[in-house]
Amino acid sequence: IMSLFGEVPQATPVAVFKVTNDFKEDPNPKKVNLGVGAYRTDEGQPWVLPVVKKVEKIIVADDSLNHEYLPILGLPEFRSSASKIALGEDSPAIQENRVGAVQCLGGTGALKIGAEFLRRWYNGNNNTRTPVYVSAPTWENHNAVFVNAGFEDVRPYKYWDAEKRGLDLSGFLGDLESAPKHSIFVLHACAHNPTGTDPTHVEWMQVAEVMKRRKLFVFFDSAYQGFASGCLDKDAWAVRYFITQGFEMFCAQSFSKNFGLYNERVGNLTIVARDPDNLKRVLSQMEKIVRVTWSNPPSQGARLVAVTLNNPELFSEWKDNVKTMADRVLSMRASLRAKLEALETPGTWDHITQQIGMFSFTGLNPNQVEYLIKEKSIYLMASGRINMCGLTTKNIDYVAESIHESVVNVQ
Amino acid sequence: SPRRHPSPYRLCLGISISLPACFSSWWSEVQMGPPDPILGVSEAYKRDTNPKKINLGVGAYRDDQGKPFVLSCVRKAEAQIAAKKLDKEYLAIGGLGDFNKACAKLALGDDNEVIKSGRNITVQTISGTGSLRIGANFLSRFHTEAREVYLPTPSWGNHTPIFRDAGMQLKAYTYYDPKTCGFDFQGALNDISKIPAKSVIMLHACAHNPTGVDPRPEQWKEIAELVKKRNLLVFFDMAYQGFASGDIDRDAWAVRYFIEQGHNILLSQSFAKNMGLYGERVGGFTVVCKDAEEAKRVESQLKILIRPIYSNPPMNGARIAATILNTPDLYKEWLGEVHGMANRIITMRELLVANLKKEGSTKNWQHVIDQIGMFCFTGLKPEQVERLTKEFSVYMTKDGRISMAGVTSGNVGYLAQGIHSVTK
Repeated sequence: IMSLFGEVPQATPVAVFKVTNDFKEDPNPKKVNLGVGAYRTDEGQPWVLPVVKKVEKIIVADDSLNHEYLPILGLPEFRSSASKIALGEDSPAIQENRVGAVQCLGGTGALKIGAEFLRRWYNGNNNTRTPVYVSAPTWENHNAVFVNAGFEDVRPYKYWDAEKRGLDLSGFLGDLESAPKHSIFVLHACAHNPTGTDPTHVEWMQVAEVMKRRKLFVFFDSAYQGFASGCLDKDAWAVRYFITQGFEMFCAQSFSKNFGLYNERVGNLTIVARDPDNLKRVLSQMEKIVRVTWSNPPSQGARLVAVTLNNPELFSEWKDNVKTMADRVLSMRASLRAKLEALETPGTWDHITQQIGMFSFTGLNPNQVEYLIKEKSIYLMASGRINMCGLTTKNIDYVAESIHESVVNVQ
Repeated sequence: SPRRHPSPYRLCLGISISLPACFSSWWSEVQMGPPDPILGVSEAYKRDTNPKKINLGVGAYRDDQGKPFVLSCVRKAEAQIAAKKLDKEYLAIGGLGDFNKACAKLALGDDNEVIKSGRNITVQTISGTGSLRIGANFLSRFHTEAREVYLPTPSWGNHTPIFRDAGMQLKAYTYYDPKTCGFDFQGALNDISKIPAKSVIMLHACAHNPTGVDPRPEQWKEIAELVKKRNLLVFFDMAYQGFASGDIDRDAWAVRYFIEQGHNILLSQSFAKNMGLYGERVGGFTVVCKDAEEAKRVESQLKILIRPIYSNPPMNGARIAATILNTPDLYKEWLGEVHGMANRIITMRELLVANLKKEGSTKNWQHVIDQIGMFCFTGLKPEQVERLTKEFSVYMTKDGRISMAGVTSGNVGYLAQGIHSVTK
């Protein structure tokens, strides 16, 4: 019988997972994985946060808990505490009852639900032509999330200045000025992925001014809160500033990295509306979208986070765990920069310590990247992005020397 | 002491950040969405203060005390998993391999030629809904020759919006006969014989939701033959394997028969009910392909579909399910517990009918016993349902469907009273 799927083509694999795959298959004992964005200890091991282990025991011991369905929008105590993390305890928007949330499957799920809502209800009904702007470069899945939600026009906004290895502020502001009114902009709340380059406070204020004036929609992607500087409040500055400017906005939050709960898919779409009535109607439509996507979200991870955030001691312990991770990343940054400078590797390397969060945009070109992968078994993204968490005190010399070699030998 | 980072809210120093009156909302035109018909029932039930209230709405199993039931094999699996101290690294896009293999084996049988030849692709999904959604998206993108999906009348309420949202068109075929509260076999065959070639036909593998009416094996055989003659693409929804008859293999009979007959089916599975893993969102989506090479291509495309929705699925529930399915004594215990759940439901069916007769009802309630699985299509009309809810605080969906799992030896008498009262 002729197969109905005879014409289905083989799709190319998702790049970041291919890097890890290739790493796994490499027999070189010196191999280093600087690809996918997951935290590693100084032993190069995944790290289940001590507070998470503690809370898991609490949950297991609680006989009153079961595996029943969560409500469509998720676990209420998770949603509210997660939104508080982003907006702050003292958030006037929360006090005014105009903040709601949808528990989603990771940051991806939160972006997805937000995108689906915007396509249906923003800027008219089912307006698939509303431009969606994502930074150049950005997390490689942003594009697909919005395209698959039905948006026909997903465009880049200038962001990374490759020459100066920093933020292209004038390009960014220029794109904001020239974007059609009501365009949607996906902003990285902190620890920009992949560049690690964030706007300063003053720069954020400038961005906000243009966005308000030109009626552009604010969609924050917050995947690294706490992870960037080690301080939750500091990392949420941009999100909270935009609130003071009166924006209605979405903020897709992920607890994959800052809680180390990658595979439990813990995310939250925080919605800031003008008033409670608008919020109510928005949430009712969010339910419709969730119902045809996954019906209701998974309970385990959300429960873990909710228990932690709602208990002062556990919350404090969590913040310490987050700081531990952020501090290790900061020390690896300092170390890598110092070693490259000591080796007198051509070029400037201050961007290694100026950049923030898990990733660094090294500035290595594709040939140099290929050299590192093929000759040195050091795995990184073709863009030159490295995951700082892949560095350890044991491999950093090898990595620094290898980078040096690639810069010197490969054009 | 560490310097606290100044909150941007301080910038406004006591000035209330109320938005100017001229600032309108982006969402002024967003309409209030109607409450979900099924889940809305539970919410209404929660609000009711009547101590005799009964929730026969959503299909979640309850024990004879009306309490949620966490299976013993699940608790054991959880303990085993906890002892292993596993990390929380991302799963692959297609999910946990151990789960996927076991999931396929459960549906198709250990020795199935499909599995042996590697011509199925099975991915972990967000329970049954997530599975159907991935399936719908896959059809929408790749099954371009036909856009119609034929659902039985009636079908699970969420089937229609899922397929519609994915861009498919919904059509129907006769299924339930309200006169007999049973299967309208001839009506189904008549309608199926007219379905255009290559259309998708959705079949409930067992324990049809909402009617509880399943074809008999000889009827399945005829349907399979007709479907093959019409060259239709079969999509099985199997959300209740084990729950219908209490026997895993018996409940998968139709799925396995169709495959044997050469249908390369799509299959959605859920472990919400049969393992009681509702909120953990455990499911599988399978495409039976022509050969292993095609399965690889299809797999690559499923990953492309999944990634922009949720990247990769949640670990917890899949790990529990995999542990149960792959550990012989846990698997055996699970079979026993599923059998137990199915049996309690069968007992409640019998009790309900007995109580209705005791109340003096002269109506024919045989269908309550003949129907199978979690749900019973009582035959009650919307007005009767409304009275049952208003006067007796019995919560169910307007179509007359009740979840037998919500019936207990403690409330069956009261329920019979109510049903008799609104139908006499």
